[in-house]
Amino acid sequence: MIVAEQKPIGDIAASLGSFKNIVIASCDTCVTVCLAGGEKEALEIQGLLTLCDRESGAERAYTVVNIKRQCDDEFFEGENDVIARADAVLSLACGAGVQFMAEKYRSLPILPALNTKFMGASRGLGYWTEMCQGCGNCILERTGGICPVSRCSKSIFNGPCGGSQNGKCEVSPDIDCGWQLIYDRLRAIGQLDRLSGIIETRDWSTSRDGGPRSLALPDARVGKEDERVV
Amino acid sequence: MSDKSRLQRVLEQGNFSLTTEIGPPMSADAQLVRKKARMLVGAADAANITDNQAAVVRMSSIAAGILASQEGIEPVIQMTCRDRNRIALQSDLLGAWALGARNLLCLSGDHPSLGNHKQAKNVYDIDSIQLLQAVARLQNEGVFLSGGKCRHPPHFFLGATANPFADPSELQLMRLQKKIAAGAQFIQTQAVYDVEAFEQWMARVRALGLHEKAYIQAGIVVNKSVKSIEMTRLVAGMRIPESYIDRMRAAGDAAAEGKAIALELICRLRQVEGIRGIHIMSVGWEEVVPELAGESGLLPRPAAEQEDETV
Ligand code: SF4
Ligand code: SF4
Repeated sequence: MIVAEQKPIGDIAASLGSFKNIVIASCDTCVTVCLAGGEKEALEIQGLLTLCDRESGAERAYTVVNIKRQCDDEFFEGENDVIARADAVLSLACGAGVQFMAEKYRSLPILPALNTKFMGASRGLGYWTEMCQGCGNCILERTGGICPVSRCSKSIFNGPCGGSQNGKCEVSPDIDCGWQLIYDRLRAIGQLDRLSGIIETRDWSTSRDGGPRSLALPDARVGKEDERVV
Repeated sequence: MSDKSRLQRVLEQGNFSLTTEIGPPMSADAQLVRKKARMLVGAADAANITDNQAAVVRMSSIAAGILASQEGIEPVIQMTCRDRNRIALQSDLLGAWALGARNLLCLSGDHPSLGNHKQAKNVYDIDSIQLLQAVARLQNEGVFLSGGKCRHPPHFFLGATANPFADPSELQLMRLQKKIAAGAQFIQTQAVYDVEAFEQWMARVRALGLHEKAYIQAGIVVNKSVKSIEMTRLVAGMRIPESYIDRMRAAGDAAAEGKAIALELICRLRQVEGIRGIHIMSVGWEEVVPELAGESGLLPRPAAEQEDETV
C-alpha cells in the first residue's frame, strides 16, 4: 500500500490562501489504512482548520466529501456538483490522487494535505515500513524476497557494505541492514547459493530514471482508445 | 610503454608493500596536499587519496592525487559509488588515467547521512563490485558499461577493500570472493587491532585460495590520542580489544603509546601467512608514517624499476 502522513496543520492552513469555499476530500483506500487521509481524518482536519480560521479571522466554509479512490474516474460520481462549486479542494489522497483530481477538475486548485512517503506494509499498530520502490525490474527471487533497492540504504546489489554491524545499517541503529535480512532469510531457506554470483549492473531505465512511466494492457484497452485522458 | 604502477611492480617483484593514506583538505589549498605528500616521499610505495571520506566535501581525490604525484608519492585514487552515476564514474576514470594516476581503489562509500550534507541525494547507480567489474571490462575488453568501444582504455592496478570483522562474516567472505572475481588485484583491509580474529579470517581467506589471487594488505590505524582511539572504535565494523584502549588511557604520552601499539601490530601482521603488505592509516598524523616505516624495518622501500620487457 501507499503510506502517507499529514502535513502540519499550519502548513495546510497557509496553503489555503484566499480561498473561501473549500472541499476537503478524503480517500478511502491506502491513506485511510495508514490513518492519514480517511473520512475520520478529513473531519478532524475540518475541525482544526475551523479553529485556525477563528484565530486568524479568516472566513471559510468547509465541506467534507469521501471518495472511494481518488486515482480512478469512476469514484467521483455523486460528488461532482459539490466539488465544482468549491474555490479549491484540499485532497487527503496520496500524490497520485491529488494529481488525478487536478487533471479531472481543470479549473480548480487542488491542494495536498499529505506528504506521500512510500510503498510499504503494516508492521503492527500504527507502524509501516518501506518495502518497494517500484524499480520496474523485480529481483526478489534472487534475494530471498527482501528488496535490496528499498531496504538497503544504498540500494546496493552485492551487499552488505562495510557499514553493516550487528544486523543494523550504518545509517541508523533503528534501521535493519537489508543485506543482513537477505542473508538470514536465504540461509534459513537453504538458498544461500543464490548470492554466490555477482548481480550485474542494473538497468535503471525501467525505474523512474527512465522518465515518467506508464502501463497499457492491450487486452484491457480494446475499444477504449477514444476515452484516453489527456 | 609499461604503465604499471609502482605499487604493482613492488608487489609483482615479490616485495612486501607499504602504503598509507592522505585525506584531501576541506578547501582548495593545494599546498596542504603537497606538504602532506612530501612527508611521505620515500616512506611508502603509494598513498591512498580518500574520496570525500565520511561523506564530507573535500578536494577531489583525483585532483589531490595528481598533486601528490607531482611531489613524488604515487597515489591510489579512491573512488566511491556514492556521488557519481556510471557516466561520471567512467568519465573520471578516463580523466584520472590521462593525468597519470595508475592505482584505483573501488569502494561503496559512506552514506550521505553520516556526513555534513545530509540533505544530499545519494546515487549508488552501481555498487563497488559492479564498479570493479566495469573497470575490469573496460581495461580488458575495451568496452564501456554501455557496450560501446573505448579505443584507449586505462589500465589501473585495481583494488578493493575487505572488512575482516564486519557482519555477516560468511557473506562478507563471499563478497571478497566476488570482488576478486570481478577484477580486484589487491585488497586493503579495514584497520586491524584484533590480530587473533584477523588470523582466523586469514585462515578462511587462505582456505579459499584468495591470497593467491590478490595481494592482501593488512590495514592499521595509528592513534595519536585517547580521543583518536575512542573515535576509531565507533567506526562501523571496527573491533578494538579493550587492552589497547586501556594502554592508551594509562600512558603518560598517548602519542608515543599509539605509535608503540602500531609498531607491535605491524610486527605481528607481517608474520601472518598470506599478507603481502601493510596499509597505514595515519588519520592526519602523516609525519609518523616514515618513523613507523623505519622502525619496523620496512625502509628503504624497494626501487621496483620498470621492467623493459613488459608488453
Ligand atoms: S526489486 Fe524493484 S520491484 Fe522488486 S520489490 Fe524491490 S523495488 Fe520493488
Ligand atoms: S549497512 Fe546494510 S542496509 Fe545499510 S547501506 Fe550497508 S548494506 Fe545497505
